[in-house]
Amino acid sequence: MSDMNRWLDVISIDHIDPDTGACALVDGTQVALVRVGEGDTVYAIANRDPFSGAYVLSRGIVGDATGAPKIASPMYKHSFDLRTGVCLDDPSVRLPTWPVRVRRGRVEILLEASLHAAA
Amino acid sequence: MTAQLAPTVLVVGNGMVGHRVVEELASRGLTRTHRVIVVGEEPRVAYDRVHLTELFEGKQASELSLSTRDQYEAWGVELCVGEAAVHIDREARTVRTRAGDRTREISWDHLVLATGSTPFVPPTAGQDLPGCFVYRTIEDIEALRAWPARVGVVVGGGLLGLEAANALRGLGVRAHVVELAPRLLALQLDDQGGALLREKIEALSLVVHTGTTVRRIEPGDGRAGVGRVVLASGESIDADVVVFSAGVRPRDDLARAAGLEIGPRGGVVIDERCLTSDERVHAVGECVSFRGGTFGLVAPGYQMARVVAATLGGEHARFDGGDANAKLKLLGVDVGSFGDHQARTPGARLVSFQDTRAGVYKKLVLSPDGKRLIGGVLVGDASAYGALAAAVASGTPMPKRPEELILPAREGGGGGLGVDSLAASAMLCSCHNVTKGSVVDAIRERRLSVVSEIKACTKAGTGCGSCVSLLSDVLKLELTRAGVEVANHLCEHFPASRQELYHLVRLHGLRSFREVLERHGQGSGCEICKPAVASILASAWNEHVLDKRHLPLQDTNDRYLANLQRDGTYSVVPRVPGGEITPDKLIAIGRVAQRYGLYCKLTGGQRVDLLGARQEQLPAIWAELIAEGFESGHAYGKALRTVKSCVGSTWCRYGVQDSVALAIRLEQRYRGLRSPHKLKSAVSGCARECAEAQSKDFGVIATERGYNLYVCGNGGMKPAHAQLFLTDLDEQALVRAIDRFLMFYIRTADRLQRTSTWFATLEGGMDYLRSVLVDDSLGICAELEAEMAAHVASYRCEWAEVLADPDKLRRFRPFVNSDATDPSIVFVTERGQPRPARAEERAADPEALP
Repeated sequence: MSDMNRWLDVISIDHIDPDTGACALVDGTQVALVRVGEGDTVYAIANRDPFSGAYVLSRGIVGDATGAPKIASPMYKHSFDLRTGVCLDDPSVRLPTWPVRVRRGRVEILLEASLHAAA
Repeated sequence: MTAQLAPTVLVVGNGMVGHRVVEELASRGLTRTHRVIVVGEEPRVAYDRVHLTELFEGKQASELSLSTRDQYEAWGVELCVGEAAVHIDREARTVRTRAGDRTREISWDHLVLATGSTPFVPPTAGQDLPGCFVYRTIEDIEALRAWPARVGVVVGGGLLGLEAANALRGLGVRAHVVELAPRLLALQLDDQGGALLREKIEALSLVVHTGTTVRRIEPGDGRAGVGRVVLASGESIDADVVVFSAGVRPRDDLARAAGLEIGPRGGVVIDERCLTSDERVHAVGECVSFRGGTFGLVAPGYQMARVVAATLGGEHARFDGGDANAKLKLLGVDVGSFGDHQARTPGARLVSFQDTRAGVYKKLVLSPDGKRLIGGVLVGDASAYGALAAAVASGTPMPKRPEELILPAREGGGGGLGVDSLAASAMLCSCHNVTKGSVVDAIRERRLSVVSEIKACTKAGTGCGSCVSLLSDVLKLELTRAGVEVANHLCEHFPASRQELYHLVRLHGLRSFREVLERHGQGSGCEICKPAVASILASAWNEHVLDKRHLPLQDTNDRYLANLQRDGTYSVVPRVPGGEITPDKLIAIGRVAQRYGLYCKLTGGQRVDLLGARQEQLPAIWAELIAEGFESGHAYGKALRTVKSCVGSTWCRYGVQDSVALAIRLEQRYRGLRSPHKLKSAVSGCARECAEAQSKDFGVIATERGYNLYVCGNGGMKPAHAQLFLTDLDEQALVRAIDRFLMFYIRTADRLQRTSTWFATLEGGMDYLRSVLVDDSLGICAELEAEMAAHVASYRCEWAEVLADPDKLRRFRPFVNSDATDPSIVFVTERGQPRPARAEERAADPEALP
């Protein structure tokens, strides 16, 4: 894998329902793509729930905690800040996150060193 | 009117009562018609002195603040803190003030003295040594906190003294309490109460010395400051800090110098209008003398503040002396005292209860004829304080056996003086003069549903806080009367309870989370409110839970219409109504399990659980099950689960009714009904109860004459026996009763509240439930039945609908951009069936966090 950062086209935004997550397989890594609202706001966070070890985070409920966008794991309901990956119930735990952009209706994720560090 | 022409009211003192004067003026609009100036010598806006000790429990000084400069500005009141009044000129009607080295004269038309009190320091040798403190202001607390100490002596065993002892304890200081009187809380308690309190306090490693005083304070060896405290009893304590909290003295020096009349024990003399000997000078709070007495509690001061504002507004108002009622938690011990607690009324009758094992002492003082409560003392359990104090104030007649009011509540017994028995005129909050009637009116007219709203609307409960539990009782009673049950706000996004939202959804025909949020919430929602609203919408309208607008709301299991297991796979439970199943259908389930490699387990609800299904397999599994005649079992939902049954009169030698047939009919009637929590049911064909109906949310036991209906039971973590609701019903009456019961539960329960916990919150218990659901005391039974009829008519199998909708089906793909299967799911075989591989049985997880 090259060291250069590159934006990778993943999926049409229409394939992610508003205010839900969807799991994408990006270079073998399970990434939860979480769409907040009905627009182009999408976050990418690891799909693996660190408390159960199950790959389920994308199936959680999307919401906010005092304005901070978050997703709650469906397993034991731990919430994670979508911007930072920090677990709101246990800030010592932090999940990998990746930059995301939406171009002409396509969701793109920035693969950089951190992804491979995590993967 | 220009500012020059407006009469000037100058309030001297910005303590709790001085601040209250301003609030009372503002609430009457007098801050618009008068120029109001406030000077206060402390460097900050008025704060809650009653709760000073909370500074030791992590509270910030700012959190005790009662108001803000902005609020004063909004009122149009000139607030000058850090400015002390030093001289009153009654002739010229001016007050000279000093702030730092600046002085000025302020003219006034009406002067209100709210100068408060100073701590009383009994003349003691060594009282000026470093390490001696008083306990009055935030600055005092900060100084005390900055003084390192190991052992402390608190002079005074009254309210303030015990607060100070608690504060020392919070600092890790071993505290001795020295009280001149023979008991603690001499003003509030009698001997028994004081003795019990002492016992409880000594159990906390505090040392109590009563009937003695501090003779002298000596410096320590080689250290500047307190080192030893010698008591009049001769005893000496090696202490390095002393806190004087032996009561307060009115601060009347300004008034005295101005020639105003002073009371025999100090204090500016006031009359019932809170006027001093000068018609233009009022005085309020702890600086006054009224009928020869002084004050040390805030509630009478608040009453005076109201009288002053009313008088200035031209209203007729009289101060009646207030009461010395008090309810506190001192060192973790609840203490309450009210009315004539020392039984000074000639001929007063006493009823008391003492349990030194449990650490409870309660005393009622009754009028000579025994018909009215005139006072009382509570130690160890002050839960009845609010109702009893209010009963004293309103003259509520006593029950035949007043001892019932203080005896420990018996199982199932009513016990206690419920708020229901209080007259509308009964004073609930004596800090703010709020009667039960005005609280009830506020609840009804403004549709209040939580205590914080009552506080905001009526101010009740915002003073000393001792009436808050009473407010909550009144609220509960009112809401219960209105058919609503009490609960807290759902979450940060909804300042409303589940039952309120349910009501609003029904009333306004709200069909989506967005509509509910826009009208009644804020933010974007969370994992608490989304499933709660989803459940309400499903109960009310029964739309498919995976419809596009409902999908993002669904909790873990509802989201995939299956039960999530620990490895991320799901389990599948087809409905088997009444637990009756044909051999063909059993075989069909087995075939599906074989084909998809599912683990099989029989459930407690007489069904078959198929585990280990990947999310993408769910639609195919259901396609086969539905083809075999199955439908969704809603094992994944907060919904009706099963109605299990015994074989009943068809086969059983003892059965008296066909329990299987009835169970099937009930399960088919209520299937798919979403509710605040899961619902389980059972039908037993005779009193032997093989179906365990008495452990269900609603259970039916057949009798010779029909059916007995039990409600509000459950198994699980906190098992609850169901209670007998109605007896010998025919099937039609049974179904009607269950319809009403379920819809009433759905309408009024809190989120995730099982029927048994819901039932526990119903004031009046089973009698109340019968009055609502049988006698229709709320007039809602027809509605409840219609709501259930609508549900029954709209039932559809959720899984059949998913299979018919490509948009719903696509959401079961594991990856949105790939047809791969999830490699993290690995099974091994055990006892001939698959199960999830344990960590050590699988290759290292590449994504596990360090």
